[in-house]
Formats: sequence, structure tokens, C-alpha cells
Amino acid sequence: MDELNMAPCKCQAGKPDAEPAKPGKGVLRHLLAGAAALLVWFAVYGQLEPFSNWFTYSLLGLDSGGHLGSAIQFFVYDTPKVVMLLVLVVYAVGILRSFVTVNWTRSVLAGRRESAGNVLAALLGVVTPFCSCSAVPLFIGFMTAGIPLGVTFSFLIAAPMVNEIALVLLYGLLGWKVAALYFATGISIAVVAGWVLGRMKLDNHVEDWVREIRAGEAAGDAAMTWPERFDYALDSVKDIVGRVWKFVVLGIAAGAAIHGYVPEGQLASIMGGEAWWSVPLSVLLGIPMYTNAAGVIPVVEALLGKGAALGTVLAFMMSVIALSFPEMVILRKVLKPRLIAIFIAVVGTGILAVGYLFNAVI
Amino acid sequence: MQILVMGPGCPKCEQAEKTVREAVAEAGVQADIEKVKDFQEIAKYGIFSTPAVVIDGEVKVVGKAPSKKEVLSWL
Repeated sequence: MDELNMAPCKCQAGKPDAEPAKPGKGVLRHLLAGAAALLVWFAVYGQLEPFSNWFTYSLLGLDSGGHLGSAIQFFVYDTPKVVMLLVLVVYAVGILRSFVTVNWTRSVLAGRRESAGNVLAALLGVVTPFCSCSAVPLFIGFMTAGIPLGVTFSFLIAAPMVNEIALVLLYGLLGWKVAALYFATGISIAVVAGWVLGRMKLDNHVEDWVREIRAGEAAGDAAMTWPERFDYALDSVKDIVGRVWKFVVLGIAAGAAIHGYVPEGQLASIMGGEAWWSVPLSVLLGIPMYTNAAGVIPVVEALLGKGAALGTVLAFMMSVIALSFPEMVILRKVLKPRLIAIFIAVVGTGILAVGYLFNAVI
Repeated sequence: MQILVMGPGCPKCEQAEKTVREAVAEAGVQADIEKVKDFQEIAKYGIFSTPAVVIDGEVKVVGKAPSKKEVLSWL
């Protein structure tokens, strides 16, 4: 499939030469290459649906009402679409993240009170780049900057909960309304849960050594030049898309099979809005699972088409990505067990509320 | 020369250590390379995001695995 291969060239075209060019020229060249790549991107993207129809029904000659045709058209259309959206969004988020560092976030949040601090922390949690193994150093950094525990939690909850891959998938497969709802509710859970945890005065449930720690001055990180930002964004595309594309393809293949073969309405009794217990059950199932949004959402899309309720499915997805067991193990280094239990309870309640809300509204 | 690679042991931290070792071998300089996993020790340097590389007490990079080119420029 040519479409698939075309997406990554946009970034490779923007690779700087080994020879150091004048900074101004380098930026201009990057921008021109980027604009050209974007045009190609849109041209190809617009052809994906007609191509998938042509491929399935004309080239393979499958019946447009049949199971196999329906499954194959779904797969051929959705796979390149999602991968192309991922490349575009991860690149854009990469550029944004090149401006935001953990130290900068720490200095912005230092001295913030609760409420406004919770909102700001949740928003910064979405864009600040840090890998899950940095959660402990980051926690220490926030504590030593005097950032309140509740504000720190808003950051730590929002960071995995609202994730660009999940956003792309929800937008690409379910439309912008669902993506926007996911973003808004994810931020809300982070703000409210952080605020509630802050109100509970749990500071003495942080491990003692963390409170006694005397950290050095925050190590400064050098500002990036524009060519470095382009490189940084390109690296994040290679890293993230390189890691998740397999899950996307697998997820879409599973989704395609459900889409083509499971009869409509089949799932309404177990995953539908009528089954009140489906929301808590999906949260409980989600916590010990450690997967990523990339594999889960395409399946979710197909399940929705067959009668599963959106709230149930979103609750499952959120608990999978925001309350993962491995993250709790990492946080255990700095938090006493009781605080971890309260953290899970508060975030879990937030997710349940969102699940029921979506099921009631949509 | 003393080089500290700070990180609890995630794939990116491993990658940072590997790159540093390769660069040191390539440059042919004498250096003690040490992996620091203790969070208290990491925090003392004002490092709140890993991986990070510290050379002779000076923090060179925070929150990302450096490229070999970058490491070579510090040696």
C-alpha cells in the first residue's frame, strides 16, 4: 500500500544535513518540506475511503453487503487512516513538547494554590514529556518545589489519562465529539480527583524519605533550536508510531472481524447501557490490564457498532490506561500503601461517574 | 573523568547508558561510567526527569537519551 509508505516520508524530508547550515536557512527548508509533506498528506488521506471501496469491491470483487467484504473494507480503510493521523498528531505534539520540560512545568506549578493549580497541572500533565519511569523523580521534584500533593496528583492522573494516541484513535474512528468528550472528562477527573486528594490532607502518607529529601537546584536544560525541535518531533514519531503500529493493526484486524461477523445488537445485553453493572465490571477488568489505547480502541469501535454502550467502553479504556498496575508499583516507592489505595479509589470513582454519565447522555 | 548515567532502569535509561559507553569507547578517553538508580542521589543533582547524564558533576542532559554525537561533544 503506497498510502502507508507515504506518511513517514514527510518527516524524513525534514531531516537536516550533517553539514551545519545557517540557522535561518535550515528553518525555512524545514518549513517548506513540512508544507509540501502536509499537502501530500491531505491528498492521500482524502483518497483512503474511495481506495478502500475500489480495492475491496472492484479489485477483489467482494459483495458490498457480505461479511468478508465489510471486514476487509473496514481494515483497508482504517489502518492507513489511523497510522497517518498518528504520524501527524505525534509530530505536532512533539513540536509542542519541545517547548515544555519537566523543570519548566515544575517552576510554573511552584507556588500555585489548589483549584487553579489543579486545572493548570492537569493541562500540563497532558503535554509535559516524561516516561512512566520518571514518575518518581518527577514526584520528588514537585514535592521539593513545594507543589501541593493534590496539584501533583492532578498532573500524575492527567498525564496517562489524556493521551494523544487515544485522542487520535477516538477522533479517527468515532469522530470529534467523542474525542472532545474524552479530553474534557479526562481533564475533569484529573482536576477533581487531585482536588479531593488535596482536601484529604494526606501528606503524611508520602514516604518519609521523600519529605526529608534535600534536592539540588533544578538542573537547567538548554533551550532547543528550531532544527532541534523538528528532530525531536521526528524522533517521537519514530519512537511512538514505531512502538504502537503493531497494536493498531492488530486492534483494527480484531475490530474488522467483529465489524464483519458479529450480528448487530448482539452485545447490548452484556455491554449495553441497560446493564448497570457493566460499568464497574469494566473498570475492575481494566485495572490489572496493561495494554495501550492503540490496541483497545479499534476493538471498542467495533463493539460500539454492535450494541456496546460508549460509557462502559470508555470506562474500561480509562481504567486500563490511568490505573495500570505497573504504575502503582512505581509510585509505591514514594507513596505509602494507604495513599495508593485512596488514589485508586478516588480515580476509580471518577471513571465510574464518567461511564454512567456517557451511558445516560449518549 | 567521571560519568554518571541517572535512571531507574527503563528502556530509555538503558539506551542512554549504552550510547555513553559507545561514545567513550569511540573517543578513546578514560572515564568511569556509573549507573545511578537511587532516587535520593538523583534528586541531589536537581534531576527530576530521567534519563540524565552527569559528567564531572555537571548535568549535561535531563529527560532524554542523548545521541552519540551529543555525548562525543561533551567528552
